Amino acid sequence: MTPEELQKVAIIEQESQEQYDHRIHVCMAAGCLSNRADLVKQQLEKQIAANGLERRCTVKGVGCMGLCAAGPLVSIQPKGIMYQEVKPTDAPDIIQTLDKAPIERLRCDTAMPFFKEQKKVVLENCGLIDPERVEEYIAVGGYQGLLKALTEMQPAEVIEEVTRSGLRGRGGAGFPTGLKWSTVAKAQHPDGRKFVICNADEGDPGAFMDRSVLESDPHRILEGMAIAAYAVGATQGYLYVRAEYPLAVKRLKQAIRQAERLALLGNNIFGTPFSFNVDIRLGAGAFVCGEETALIASIEGKRGQPRPRPPFPAESGLWGCPTLINNVETFANIPPILRNGGEWFAQIGTEKSKGTKVFALAGRVKNTGLIEVPMGIPLRRIIFDIGGGIPDGRKFKAVQTGGPSGGCLPERFLDMPVDYESLMQAGSIMGSGGMIVMDDTSCMVDVARYFMEFCMSESCGKCVPCRVGTAQMHDLLVKIIEKRATDSDVRLLNELCDMVQSTSLCGLGQTAPNPVLSTLRYFPEEYEALVQAGREREAAGSNGSAMHVAPQLKPNSTQPQAHVDSEVTP
Amino acid sequence: MTRPSVPKPAGVAQPQVVTLRIDGRDVSARSDETILSVARQNRIDIPTLCYLDGLSGWGACRLCLVDIKGTPKLLPACVTLVREGMEVTTDSPRLQKYRRMVLELLFSERNHVCSVCVSNGKCELQAMAQRLGMTHVSLPYRYPRLEFDSSNDLFRMDHNRCILCTRCVRVCDEIEGAHTWDCRGRGIETRIISDLNEPWGESSTCTRCGKCVNVCPTGALSQKGTAVAEMTKRVTFLPYLTLMRNSDEP
Amino acid sequence: MSLVAVKPSPPSNDKRWKIVDATMRRHGHEPRALIETLHTVQETFGYLDDQALRYVALSLRTPLSKVYGVATFYHFFTLKPQGEHACVVCMGTACYIKGAPQLLEAIGQKYGIKPGQTTADNRLSLLTARCVGSCGLAPAVVFDGEVVGRLDKSDTLARIEKLICAKPAEVQHDT
Ligand SMILES: Cc1cc2nc3c(=O)[nH]c(=O)nc-3n(C[C@H](O)[C@H](O)[C@H](O)COP(=O)(O)O)c2cc1C
Ligand code: FES
Ligand code: FES
Repeated sequence: MTPEELQKVAIIEQESQEQYDHRIHVCMAAGCLSNRADLVKQQLEKQIAANGLERRCTVKGVGCMGLCAAGPLVSIQPKGIMYQEVKPTDAPDIIQTLDKAPIERLRCDTAMPFFKEQKKVVLENCGLIDPERVEEYIAVGGYQGLLKALTEMQPAEVIEEVTRSGLRGRGGAGFPTGLKWSTVAKAQHPDGRKFVICNADEGDPGAFMDRSVLESDPHRILEGMAIAAYAVGATQGYLYVRAEYPLAVKRLKQAIRQAERLALLGNNIFGTPFSFNVDIRLGAGAFVCGEETALIASIEGKRGQPRPRPPFPAESGLWGCPTLINNVETFANIPPILRNGGEWFAQIGTEKSKGTKVFALAGRVKNTGLIEVPMGIPLRRIIFDIGGGIPDGRKFKAVQTGGPSGGCLPERFLDMPVDYESLMQAGSIMGSGGMIVMDDTSCMVDVARYFMEFCMSESCGKCVPCRVGTAQMHDLLVKIIEKRATDSDVRLLNELCDMVQSTSLCGLGQTAPNPVLSTLRYFPEEYEALVQAGREREAAGSNGSAMHVAPQLKPNSTQPQAHVDSEVTP
Repeated sequence: MTRPSVPKPAGVAQPQVVTLRIDGRDVSARSDETILSVARQNRIDIPTLCYLDGLSGWGACRLCLVDIKGTPKLLPACVTLVREGMEVTTDSPRLQKYRRMVLELLFSERNHVCSVCVSNGKCELQAMAQRLGMTHVSLPYRYPRLEFDSSNDLFRMDHNRCILCTRCVRVCDEIEGAHTWDCRGRGIETRIISDLNEPWGESSTCTRCGKCVNVCPTGALSQKGTAVAEMTKRVTFLPYLTLMRNSDEP
Repeated sequence: MSLVAVKPSPPSNDKRWKIVDATMRRHGHEPRALIETLHTVQETFGYLDDQALRYVALSLRTPLSKVYGVATFYHFFTLKPQGEHACVVCMGTACYIKGAPQLLEAIGQKYGIKPGQTTADNRLSLLTARCVGSCGLAPAVVFDGEVVGRLDKSDTLARIEKLICAKPAEVQHDT
């Protein structure tokens, strides 16, 4: 493909879109699909056919529009009307009113803070383009960044641009992306091979940002990877995707085929000497494989056990060759940086945390879904404005970020800006973008136990502190929850936290104590109450059956149904 | 299992001579040597358990962790290569505490009842506990119920004593070339297995060379017919074997 | 006796081994293709039995114990056949906070199985996942591959009933 041909594809596609008076977008991402958005789409198509409107309207499946809680979502372009909770039976009404006033009962207010407060860079195409068609991606400026890099820039200039943008890795630790790229670019290997890997293992339970990007805009990742490969001098890329995301895998496979057909991947891209291929590798249900050295072992067909670093993958990675590993969202930021320049990107966000961040907002908050906000926005704006606050008239208690490696922050941090440093200082981490809101029905000790159980079962078992330490900490937490613990158990828990943090081999063990440490720090009264109850019970000499729940968790009459019963001990 | 477990940084063609400081002493070394080997050459002893001379490094027991100035994380001496100007501390109250806790974790993980163990008095875990002053285990014992494989007519495997150092796995793969052993499962459920998790005696790949038995630091692998405290291990064959192997290479 | 490795033949003349062979061929029968191959075996046969593991090990010239180690390291792989229907309860954080444990308990109580188990009549396997990526709709359960969100206990049980009674009546007479 030549640059001119790319232009042509874009123009043809734009024209073919504009010939329609109405373009009906139906969200076909996982959330809405599970609310049967596919049936809605089917019915809309039927209705269009029945009314003979094929030449004026088109229906297309698009990626995630964000407000998963109100799915299935349908939007009508170019008018910009959005409908929520659409049922297949609503199709006739929607088609009938296309030229009239919108249907009020289905209307989703796009002026509400959920949409207003967001800033879309990574998700700019989500909900607008059909992820299954490369032409649509090209029509909105897709592959222009790669074109610019290959035809107008030297690899070093590309790295320079990324460095200037201030982009930091979105996979958790926030390592400066430009710096990582230049390390890989400089590294040498006798046989000259280098690799680029996209980490799409999204292991944080309760996060789905990467999934949404992969499902809604797969070509963006391929373009980001290709640009990276050009910058560091790699010719082969791997996309390591969780097998639990079949739809994402399907769309990525399709995207790779389409890009190859248009010669946007393969040999001599845009007629330059640059060649790049991408293969997909499936994860198989191991959180630790999100860790870069474990991920590499997994691609090599081995047990996904990390190895000590140094050497870092940038020097010695896949098959011992220099390897660049970045997260999905990191790659997704690359094409706009190339198109608009690093300076444009650096204007967004705070001094040390540039750009935007995608969060998967979930838990006890009204508007659950996928959001993208500029770095530095206070937590309160996210949870109460965008998220719409806590439902059922309950009270905010904590927000969990960073998944099993992160922490729980209480109310007093609500006005803290969301950036790498602030979160770290508060005892949590940015993580990959899971944000789970908890109200007063959650027992924080149980939350700590939940994450510790997760780390225990996801530990690879290689190093002693993580393998045995997480199991011991889990047992201690259970003991506390069951009110059998003494003060010395809490002391032991603290000691183990410090030891496991300092001595574990990889990030999994090193961060596993974080949920415990942050809850110990911000909710000590909950631990104390349980230990105190244990003391009293011991004093009373009772040995009644242990309860699995904190006292404040006991069901009360105002609590919603789903999570009430079952905790009452028989 | 990765064979060259210390992947050499790519592009480093010729090892260079570097100088570094270990526990306040200036020492020189080749840039492709590990901190552990340089320390040992200079008679600075760093405790190790999963490491064994002649086998690839594994970096899993974390006993050999050392403090390196300017590096926020503690690094395992057995697999970390030296660098010019490095300042290494191999002993400190903090390191001692962590090392004792590692041992406590190991003792609490399975059922290490020394008094009835074939390796009593000859056990590396036991010796390490004595050396590092681990006098008691403050953690609760987990008491898992584990199997005992005596299907092999020469040797037996007692999972109750296994600390998952994977020396047996590595010696079988790297020296004997049979790769009979590996690990199954993960995390606290990890177990050493032979072949497709079959009884050792029925293994189609085991050559019954006994190397695994000799490298096992505890009483997990032992010779049949040995009673309590009777099992002695010989590992002197290892450096010899690797020496022979290396001299084959042109 | 010759020591030249011979290409092993499939454990049975089941046509499905051709699919497995194709995957291995695509990767040049390199040991590195192990995980991809296991994915294919599981997709085609539903689970990994000893026979399959042995065949894959021989074909990829990979030690038996290593193949077993990999197959048991990754929780996506299963060495046991699954029931006719699978119900996967998401136990990710969002779902946990919103009551997934209660769903799990209700199912367990009604069908007498724990996560990872299959009912005696082989109709239903109960599984858990760490997150199925529908956290916005927590709690989520996957019924035979179909993700359903915002469930409560009665919904969940009703859906399972529907699922396992899809092929009705005559099966019940047997028991
Ligand atoms: C236990 C563990 C799990 C991880 N899981 C992920 C993950 O699911 N996705 C991801 O992108 N990075 C994950 N990481 C971080 C990666 O190791 C790595 O830092 C990241 O992919 C680098 O990309 P970035 O520089 O773009 O952030 C994980 C790290 C650890 C220690
Ligand atoms: S000897 Fe270095 S980690 Fe075990
Ligand atoms: S936590 Fe259940 S779908 Fe993510």
